[in-house]
Amino acid sequence: MIEFQDLHKAFGAKPVLTGLSLKIADAETLVIIGYSGTGKSVALKHIVGLLQPDSGDVIVDGRAVSTLDRDGLTALREGIGYVFQFAALFDSMSVADNVALGLRRRRGLSDEEIDDQVREALALVDLSGTEERLPAELSGGMRKRVGIARAIALRPRYILYDEPTTGLDPVTSAVIDRLMVRTREHLGVTGVVVTHDMRSAYTVGDRIAMLYEGRIRQVGTVAEIQETEDPVVRQFIEGRPE
Amino acid sequence: MIQAIGRRAVAAVEAVGRVGHFLLDMVRAVPDVATWAGPAVVQMRRIGVDSIPVTLFIAAFTGVVLALQASYTFTGAVPMYFVGTLVGKTMMLELGPVLAGLALTGRVGASMAAELGTMKVTEQVDALETLAYDPQSYLVVPRVLAGTVMFPMIIAFAIATGIVTGWLTSLVLLDLSTIDFLKGLKLFYRFKDTWFGLFKSATFGATITLVGCMVGLSTRGGAEGVGKSTTRAVVYSAVLLLLLDAFWAVLLL
Repeated sequence: MIEFQDLHKAFGAKPVLTGLSLKIADAETLVIIGYSGTGKSVALKHIVGLLQPDSGDVIVDGRAVSTLDRDGLTALREGIGYVFQFAALFDSMSVADNVALGLRRRRGLSDEEIDDQVREALALVDLSGTEERLPAELSGGMRKRVGIARAIALRPRYILYDEPTTGLDPVTSAVIDRLMVRTREHLGVTGVVVTHDMRSAYTVGDRIAMLYEGRIRQVGTVAEIQETEDPVVRQFIEGRPE
Repeated sequence: MIQAIGRRAVAAVEAVGRVGHFLLDMVRAVPDVATWAGPAVVQMRRIGVDSIPVTLFIAAFTGVVLALQASYTFTGAVPMYFVGTLVGKTMMLELGPVLAGLALTGRVGASMAAELGTMKVTEQVDALETLAYDPQSYLVVPRVLAGTVMFPMIIAFAIATGIVTGWLTSLVLLDLSTIDFLKGLKLFYRFKDTWFGLFKSATFGATITLVGCMVGLSTRGGAEGVGKSTTRAVVYSAVLLLLLDAFWAVLLL
């Protein structure tokens, strides 16, 4: 289980998270929605210790992330897959090497086993046959799928998706949504998805939480959010300018 | 006024703290040989092999100019075989390491800052961390190690090239015989001339790569940030290289 406990984070004088508290149960997919710049990605980065909180903490399987030493963080990260907004693929490496990179850290895996897992992960995201291509030769949607393959190749307990459909056309977005659902069904992982794409949120989420002014404004099932009477949440999910 | 001084003082202390923290993290990453060994070989090839043409080009012309300037200065006052002395000593002690070092500041330091800066702003460094890699082990240690090991080798080639072109110039343009050139070259030679130049080169290599990595990994913003980091890396490296050059001269000569 992942739990945000009264998380505060500011960059300089600008507060971003001002008491974020939220629980994500095992095997569920929770979608965090909110306006651009409200700290959704910042919250996500605290889960893997990429950022240190000013106060409060994130608890992952009973471990307070901010208190972990280097080895503790490494152990934590081995159980979490992270899909970055713009995929963050390594430009100089082939698709296969990108996906294999995390696996090479795992002790006890032979080259054949790594190759098998890379092929399997790429097949799961419908990218078989692209092993030798470079990221620059891929479309935006394909890059995101390689990012997902890189995350699931590690067989993690948790997968964090940072704006997985941003910048993609509706059809490619639907493909990514389907992949996220398939990943959960095949691997049974717990997912945290940060997005402001409501169609995606309704498709992949078990629950949706809205982050507003640094804290959770409302959290509930997809149906509860769709029927909310909270004016701020309503305005956001309907995409009304005022 | 006092506030401005205070802010600058705080910023300077913070900068020193950041450098110290970075160095400490790098030292802590050194035992992680399994992570840095592979990338170190790649970096050695990139820094070493790929830097040779530009370095040798500079050294070749430096040797020619040194021989001609020595001849111009010595004519009528100092025996001409001292051309060999001046070319040898100057290439080994100063111009070989410093000119090649300055050239590699642009060639190596700038490219490292740009590469790591781009990786930073496109979240590739964060991606490495989430894959349980320590960026210090995977990115910094191999580069600094490669710079420290390869710079003396490249500069040894540069020194040799400068001396050879100085000798050829003496032979063709100054009517100096090979025997006289070699006599001058050997005249005041001490083994210290060699190790001093190469040791200095190793410290230049460590400094240039360290600055390139530090500046690159602290990049913020997009393309503009990468551009600023690249410029900063070249300026900082060049200044530090000249300061180091003076420091080693005071300390060891």
